[in-house]
Amino acid sequence: MITKTATSAAPYGKSGPEPVLRASGVTKRFGGLTAVRDVDLTVDSGEIVGLIGPNGAGKTTFFNCLTGLYIPTEGEVAYKGKVLPHRSHLVTQAGIARTFQNIRLFANMTVLENVLVGRHTRTKEGLFSALLRGPGFRKAERDSEQRAMELLEFTGLANKRDHLARNLPYGEQRKLEIARALASEPGLLLLDEPTAGMTAGETSATRELVLAVREKGTAVLVIEHDMRFIFNLCDRVAVLVQGQKLVEGSPELVQADERVVAAYLGTPFEGEPGEAEAAEVREAETRGGDEIHKGGRA
Amino acid sequence: MATTNSHVDTTKPAAPAGPLDATGAPGTLPLPHKTARLLTLAGAVTTFASTMLAWTWTAEFPGDLTYYGSPVDLQTLTLVGSVLTIALLLSGSGVRGLRWLTPGGKTAPVVLASLGTLGVAWFSAGAIAVVLGGLVNFEAGMWVAVAGSLLTVVGALGLKADEPFDPADPTLRDPGAWRRFRHSLKAPAPSPGKALPGWAELLVIAVTFGLGLYVFTYGIDTPYGELFIGFLILVGFGAGALGRAGLNQRLGQLTAKHRNVTFTAAFVAAACFPFTQSSDQYTSVAANILIFATVALGLNVVVGLAGLLDLGYVAFLGVGAYAAALVSGSETSVLGVHFPFWAAVLTGAGASLVFGVVIGAPTLRLHGDYLAIVTLGFGEIFRIGMENLDGSSGPSVTNGANGIANIPDLVIFGFNLGEDHTVAGFELGPFANYYLLMLLFTIIIVTIFRRADRSRIGRAWVAVREDETAARAMGINGFRVKLIAFALGATLAGMAGTVQAHVTSSVTPEQYQFVEVVPPNSAFLLAAVILGGMGTVSGPLIGASLLYLIPAKLQFIGEYQLLLFGLALVLLMRFRPEGLLADRRKKLEFKETGQLDVPTGGPGLSKTEA
Repeated sequence: MITKTATSAAPYGKSGPEPVLRASGVTKRFGGLTAVRDVDLTVDSGEIVGLIGPNGAGKTTFFNCLTGLYIPTEGEVAYKGKVLPHRSHLVTQAGIARTFQNIRLFANMTVLENVLVGRHTRTKEGLFSALLRGPGFRKAERDSEQRAMELLEFTGLANKRDHLARNLPYGEQRKLEIARALASEPGLLLLDEPTAGMTAGETSATRELVLAVREKGTAVLVIEHDMRFIFNLCDRVAVLVQGQKLVEGSPELVQADERVVAAYLGTPFEGEPGEAEAAEVREAETRGGDEIHKGGRA
Repeated sequence: MATTNSHVDTTKPAAPAGPLDATGAPGTLPLPHKTARLLTLAGAVTTFASTMLAWTWTAEFPGDLTYYGSPVDLQTLTLVGSVLTIALLLSGSGVRGLRWLTPGGKTAPVVLASLGTLGVAWFSAGAIAVVLGGLVNFEAGMWVAVAGSLLTVVGALGLKADEPFDPADPTLRDPGAWRRFRHSLKAPAPSPGKALPGWAELLVIAVTFGLGLYVFTYGIDTPYGELFIGFLILVGFGAGALGRAGLNQRLGQLTAKHRNVTFTAAFVAAACFPFTQSSDQYTSVAANILIFATVALGLNVVVGLAGLLDLGYVAFLGVGAYAAALVSGSETSVLGVHFPFWAAVLTGAGASLVFGVVIGAPTLRLHGDYLAIVTLGFGEIFRIGMENLDGSSGPSVTNGANGIANIPDLVIFGFNLGEDHTVAGFELGPFANYYLLMLLFTIIIVTIFRRADRSRIGRAWVAVREDETAARAMGINGFRVKLIAFALGATLAGMAGTVQAHVTSSVTPEQYQFVEVVPPNSAFLLAAVILGGMGTVSGPLIGASLLYLIPAKLQFIGEYQLLLFGLALVLLMRFRPEGLLADRRKKLEFKETGQLDVPTGGPGLSKTEA
C-alpha cells in the first residue's frame, strides 16, 4: 500500500493573496483510530479545490473538522486569517457553508423555506420583532425572500418554490442544497460529493453550476469520487489516503502520479506497471462508475 | 349517475366528476344506479317522516320522544341527517339550485351522510331498548326510523362510486364488497369555484362560523350523554360527508384568501357563545375548555413547531397559577399582597418564563425520548415540590396539599368578574365573564403562535425539528432557538395559569399531575395537540374541546375513561397519524398523494387542476 510520503508534496500556488481557508495540522482521532492525520490544506479566493481519495480515506471527517461538526484532536482551521471556533453555526456565520454527502434538506419545508433557513445567519430578526411585526421585520422578510428567489433562479428552481423539498427529484434536491448553502453568503462553499448518484447529464449541469458559483466570487472545496468531474472542474486537487494527504497539485500532476493510482487500485505488480495498462484500467473504472450511477438512477 | 351528464351546468367549469360518471366503479351492492338513487331517496324521506312520529310511549327516556309532529333531541339529529342525505343526493343528481353543495364527490357524501343517519337512528333505538328495557318500548315511529335509515344506506351503497378503479392496480380487478365500499368513499377534489363577489365571500365565511357556533353550542348544551353521543356520530359523519363533497376545500380557499376576516369571524362567533346561554352551567365548561385549549396551543409551539417532546408541560401552567395566586390577595397566601390583574399576569408569565429557562437550559441538551423522560420528571418534581412547601416538610409557601384557596374574583376597571352583569339585555354570570377574559388571552396566544410560526425564528424551529445537524450547519444555534421555544411555551402557559387560578378560585398541587381524569394535565395536553393536528392553530383548539367535552358529557364511562382514551389514541395513530386537522405539510408527509405539487390556493387542490 502507500508509503509514508504524506505531506511531502509541494504546496501549489502559494504566492497568491491570503487564502480563504487554511487548515494546518488537522488531526482527528476516534479512540485508537486516526481518521485524519496532520492534514494541511489551503483554498485561495476564487479557487476550486478538489479533495479525492478512496472510500474511508477520511475526506468527510476532514470536512466535518473544517465545519465545526467535529472538534479536531489537533490542528486548527482559519478562515481569512481568523481561527474558527468548533461550533458549527459559528463556522457558517464566519462564512463557510456546506452541503452533505447524503442529502440533508429540511424535507417537510418548502423549497423557498429551505433557502430562507439558509439566510438565518445573515438576518437578525428575533422573536420580539416577529411578534410585533414592525416595518423593520417586514422589510427584512421581503429582502430575505427576494434574495432567496434570486438564488432559486440561479439554481433553476424558481418555479418550484412552493414544493416540499422531499418531493423534488434527486438532482434538484442536490441543487437546492447548494442554493440553501449559498443563501448564507459564504466566502467558501464545501461540497460533499455533489454528483453522487447523478446521471452524466446532471453531472455536467452541476459542473456548470459550480463554475457559476465561482464566478460569483465564492471559493469552492469539493469532495468527489467522479474523477472526470474533478479533473474537469478543479484548479487544484488534493488526494487523501488513509487520513493523510498523499499528493496535492494540478489535476494533470495528480492524474499522472503513480501513488494515486496505487492508492485507488492497489500496488501494481512487480516490474513495469505500464502506462498504457494503467490508463486502460482508469478508463474502465470511470466508465464502469458511470454505468453504475446510471443503473442506480433508473 | 349517467343521467346527470345531460344536466351539467355549462356555465360552470366541467366538474371532475362529470366525465367519470360513465366509468365510475360499481358500488358496494349490485343495484342499478337509478334504482339505488330512488331507494336512497325513499329511505331518507321515510326516515324524515319517522322523526315526526313518536319513538317511544313513555317520557322516561330522556328528551321525551313521545310526541307526534314535533321532533326533539335524538329525533332532531336524525331529521338533520336525513335532510342532509336528501340534499346531497339531489345535489349530486344535478337538481338546480343545490349543485353548489357537491362540487367534489357526489356518491361518497351521500354514503357517509346515510351512514351517519343510520348511526343516530340505530343508536337511539339501542339506547331506548337499553334504558327502558327491551324492544317493546318502541313505538311505530322508531321501527320506521330503523327501517328507513337502513333503506337509505342500502340505496346509497348501490350508487356508483365517484371514481373509476385504478386500472393499474391489480388488486382491483375483482374487488370484494369491502374493497368496493372503501372505494365508494373516495371522492375527487372539487373543481375550482366560481369567483364570488367580495361581500358574498365574506358572507359565506360569516354564515359558516355562525353555523359552527350553533353546532358547538348544541354540543356543549346537550343535557344527557345519549344525546351527546348522537351528536358526535352525526357531526363526525356529517363533517366527513361535507369534506368528501368538497365544501371543506372550497371553504379552505376562501379562508386562505381572507385570513384576517376568518380570524375575526372565528373569535366573534366564540365571543357570542355566552350570550346564547341562559345559565352558568355550560359557560363554566366553555371557560375550562378555553383554558385547556389555550395551554394546548402553547404546547403546540414546543411540540408542533420546535419538535421538543415535553411531558411535563402542565407544570408551567401550575407555576403561573401559583405565582398569580400568591400575589392576588388570597387570605391563605403567605405574601398577603394584592396586585392588580395586569401585574398578576406579568408575575405569572414571568415566573413561568424563569422556570422554563431554568428547566430548559440543562434539559434541552438532550434529544427525543430522553428529553421526554426528563421533562416528565420535572413536571412531577413541581407537583411534589408544591406539596412539600407546606411549613412542615419545607418552607411555608403553598400550604401543601391544601393549596391556596379563596382567591378573590378579578376586578378589572371596576368590573367585578365574579358578579352577574347584564349586557345588552343578556345576563352574564361569573363564568361567562371569565370565558370572555380567557377568550382575550386565546386571541393573544393565537396571534403569537401565528406570527412566530411565519418568521425567521419559526422557520428555525421547524428546521431544527426536521434535521438539527443540517440546521446547525445552516448557522442556526440549535440550543438557543430550542430554549426560546421552550421559554415561549412556558410563558404562554403561565399566562393561561393566571386566569385559571381565578376561574377555579383555588390552586392545589393535584391539579397539575401528569395524567388524571380531568384535563388539563400533561398527557391530555399532548393528546389534544396530537389529536387535533400538530403545528396548526385550530387543531389543538378542536382536540382540547373534544378531550374536555367527551369525559364531561359521558359521565357513565367514569372509571374506563383512561382505558378508552388510550384506545382512541392507538386507533388515531393507526388511521390518522397527522391528527384530525392536518397542516399542509403534514398532509403531504403522511399521505402519498401521488402529486409532486404543493397546493398554493387551498389544501388539496393541485396546481394542475387550478
